[in-house]
Amino acid sequence: MGFINSLKVSFEVWINRIFKKKRAKIGIYGPPNAGKTTLANRIVTDWTGAASFGTVSPIPHETRRAMRNEGVQIKADGSSIELDIVDTPGMATKIDFKEFMAFGLSEVEAKKRAKEATEGVIEAIKWLDDLDGVLLVMDSTEDPYTQVNVTVIGNMEARGLPLLIVANKMDLPEASPGRIKAAFPQHALVPISALEGSNIDELYKAIATHFG
Amino acid sequence: MILMREVQMDLISGEKMENLTSMEKIRLILDKVKTGRIVVLESGLTPAEEVRLIEMTMTEIRVDEFSGIEIESYPSKKGGSFFDKLLGRGIKGRMTVIGPANQLRTIEKDQFQISTKVSVGD
Repeated sequence: MGFINSLKVSFEVWINRIFKKKRAKIGIYGPPNAGKTTLANRIVTDWTGAASFGTVSPIPHETRRAMRNEGVQIKADGSSIELDIVDTPGMATKIDFKEFMAFGLSEVEAKKRAKEATEGVIEAIKWLDDLDGVLLVMDSTEDPYTQVNVTVIGNMEARGLPLLIVANKMDLPEASPGRIKAAFPQHALVPISALEGSNIDELYKAIATHFG
Repeated sequence: MILMREVQMDLISGEKMENLTSMEKIRLILDKVKTGRIVVLESGLTPAEEVRLIEMTMTEIRVDEFSGIEIESYPSKKGGSFFDKLLGRGIKGRMTVIGPANQLRTIEKDQFQISTKVSVGD
């Protein structure tokens, strides 16, 4: 990032902090199959009443295009914020079509999905330049020290933008949000189950105070 | 007869990387990794460079040739002067290991140690 761009980003961060922006463009990031689209669907359904806006699948890289839902008003604990929510494709450093074939896709389908998945990762990266904050969704049953998590957190810290970690899949017995907290103690964390909706009100409170 | 297979490992000093532009660093890493080498960077990449490396990797993935990279670094460390922080330059890169996704596999990682396994191809 060049000097002028760095200065511009820093200036915008300071201005937003001073004037407490009440509308924010928030990206939902994380590795494939962390539950990003399940969370995006829940937020949109809870606050707009609309049907879900993304398809959920056990096959990785189901979301291969970023999807934006504008003007989602979240009210919690006396705070209110209007969000543009961007559900991004799963970030990854490798994509092998053979992994999709293990889920029953034909070779042609798997190769097509792999190509689209690489484009999706690039799209997710491009969106980082255009956001006011990030919800980083992690699978609580998995090792949190993945490079995707490290890289997204490093980028948000470098840009001085707010980040909220969502420890998802708390409905599973092997979930361990403490492991995530130990890995990234400098960031706020809310344990939830996007699938079942447990603790989701705590997440809404955190969103309203964190990004508002 | 025991067949010995070898993997080349390039350990690149912080000084060498400091003298390269971001694009030169990324090109250097990808060119090495695509020929099957494991690259260890003494002082790593900035978060912005890491994300550009992932982006470039995605554009170079080819079926049956190159499926991407395995990259592991520790969480960034904050540092630098007040002005570095003001300009978003207060994040320091840390030791990083990068290799072809089909050869390098992370076994375990925490804030103090990265354990990887390198498999040797045919």
